[in-house]
Amino acid sequence: MNFLILSLIKAAIVAGVLLTTLAYLQWIERKVIGHIQLRVGPYRVGPHGLLQPLADVVKLITKEGVMPANVNKFFYLLAPFVAVALALISISVIPFGPQITIGGVTTYMELTDLNIGVLFVLAVSSVGVYGVALGGWASNNKYSLLGGLRSSAQMISYELPLAIAVAAPLLLVNSLSFRQIVEYQSGFWLGFIPRWNVFPEVLGFSVFLIAAFAETNRVPFDLPEAENELVAGFHTEYSSMSFAAFFMAEYANMVTVTAVATLLFLGGWKAPFPEPFSSFIPVIVFGLAGLIAIFHGMHPARRKDKYTLPAAGVVFLGLAAVFGLSLLVPTLQTILMALFWFCGKVLALLFLFIWVRGTLPRFRYDQLMRFAWIVLFPLAMVNLLVTGLVVALSSK
Amino acid sequence: MPGGVPMSWYLILSAILFGLGVAGFIYRRNIITVFMSIELMLNAVNLTFITFSYQLKQVDGHIFSFFVMVVAAAEAAVGLAIILTVFKNRETLMIDEVSSMKY
Amino acid sequence: MTELIFFVFAGIAVFCGISLVAQTHPIASALSLIGVMGSLAIIYLQLGGEFIAAAQVIVYAGAIMVLFVFVIMLLNAGAEGTSLNVSSFAKYAGIVLLAAFLGLISFIIQATLPKTEGVVFGAWDGGTAADVGRKLFTAYLLPFEVTSVLILIALVGAVVLARREV
Repeated sequence: MNFLILSLIKAAIVAGVLLTTLAYLQWIERKVIGHIQLRVGPYRVGPHGLLQPLADVVKLITKEGVMPANVNKFFYLLAPFVAVALALISISVIPFGPQITIGGVTTYMELTDLNIGVLFVLAVSSVGVYGVALGGWASNNKYSLLGGLRSSAQMISYELPLAIAVAAPLLLVNSLSFRQIVEYQSGFWLGFIPRWNVFPEVLGFSVFLIAAFAETNRVPFDLPEAENELVAGFHTEYSSMSFAAFFMAEYANMVTVTAVATLLFLGGWKAPFPEPFSSFIPVIVFGLAGLIAIFHGMHPARRKDKYTLPAAGVVFLGLAAVFGLSLLVPTLQTILMALFWFCGKVLALLFLFIWVRGTLPRFRYDQLMRFAWIVLFPLAMVNLLVTGLVVALSSK
Repeated sequence: MPGGVPMSWYLILSAILFGLGVAGFIYRRNIITVFMSIELMLNAVNLTFITFSYQLKQVDGHIFSFFVMVVAAAEAAVGLAIILTVFKNRETLMIDEVSSMKY
Repeated sequence: MTELIFFVFAGIAVFCGISLVAQTHPIASALSLIGVMGSLAIIYLQLGGEFIAAAQVIVYAGAIMVLFVFVIMLLNAGAEGTSLNVSSFAKYAGIVLLAAFLGLISFIIQATLPKTEGVVFGAWDGGTAADVGRKLFTAYLLPFEVTSVLILIALVGAVVLARREV
């Protein structure tokens, strides 16, 4: 019974944090792409557009859901449901931190730790193709059908280099459980280089990231859903909450894939610097951010940001104070440090996703498929073979 | 609980699924549905292998099941390619109408 | 708890199996088959086969059935038209006889199988990926290599058969 209540509490926390993150990830994306393109992005709804996701949610909920004629109603309604459910399920095996003890209850910072965690994430992403394929087919529209078929063919083609790139660090770690993969990456070489899997597996990490871009239908591989190509592809005929469901599924897939990349290659929640120094880094980072924000807010040339930037600065300084205080409380320190490093790495990879979206042009569909089968798949195989050879020779 | 689920129930489930696969194979006219009934039969056989592997406490049943899956994948790929070719030539998917050797 | 999970997922599997045979539209049959495979994956987990459950979802439900769904969508297969040229008496008699046959088989299985211990989730943990891999690459190495050649043959065959005539 204790286990059940604990799991329910953890599930509620993870679900709440994840759904809020998805909404604000869209805000981050619009601001970053806006600044790349020398404009400001959402600015008016709330300070610096911070309430824009709320406005979007209200708009999407109150919009009229138009179901086109002659569609198969069951599949039309099933497709966004399947897409969202599968995208949210794969978060349940992602660990966020080490074992913690709060008030006498000892637990791990994750929903569950499967022995086959890596296979579970691969399985859920394999079945996630159906949401896209069914959505495209059930809309009774030739553009949707083409977009849906192209998108699902792209997703299953890129699953192959993804899975083989995932297999290479598994050879080093000898386990399929995410927690043991992160535990393998603790410690430092030469005292200061962290033992992350990315350092022996640079090629694997690059192949994984490129395949992840294609799996989640992001630029430069987003031809099946681009608006000026196929009239928004497989979600053309979906409006209001169904469209929001597909949208949420795409962002949740992005979060899952970056979290898996962090756990497999970047050491999960392990700090990149040895222990005494790494505890002070969050305090320094947030303190600097707060001081810079307050300084820029006081500048007389920025009339519009007279109140918002100093407010943001105060928030950052408050976070720095929280991290500084946590240095005195060990249990809080483990939680906050693990969350800081894990979320920091995931946010860095998400920033890379958004940066690439604002920068690169998109591939044509035949170039995309050719790239998967002729370039990425042999590279992934070479990576796996070399890793296997090195592991076999070094364990003699 | 000491008893657990009796092992014969798993075999009965496998027999029911196999029977349903045979019924689909015999009743249906659409060639793709016939093919899917074959896959249902293969799944039922996989369940039998894994049940006996549990009973004998050996992992060989899992390996046989793995090979059945691999062979089913190869068979599905070639079978669907053949179905595509038949569709291109005869323009029908009903097996009753693909009844003469010469078009 | 094990019995509850078994009954729920066996019920879902049988329901999806019946729906596979009874539905007219091929896409509905394909989705029912995916339902069967998913519930069978849970039953494999109960029997201690965690690797084979994951392989079932990745290979069967995530790749083979995607291939089926693609072909159905590409060929634009619609619902079946008129049914077989047999009398409805033969159809209904067939269903009744099938049910009777399955009942007889179930009774025979249940009566002749030795009453060993039942299945309890977690009683046997020999189905992990490590165990399967160890057996696969030592005792069953020849079948493994032969199946890889088989897949290569199927790959080449499928590409040649489905190629567009230029």
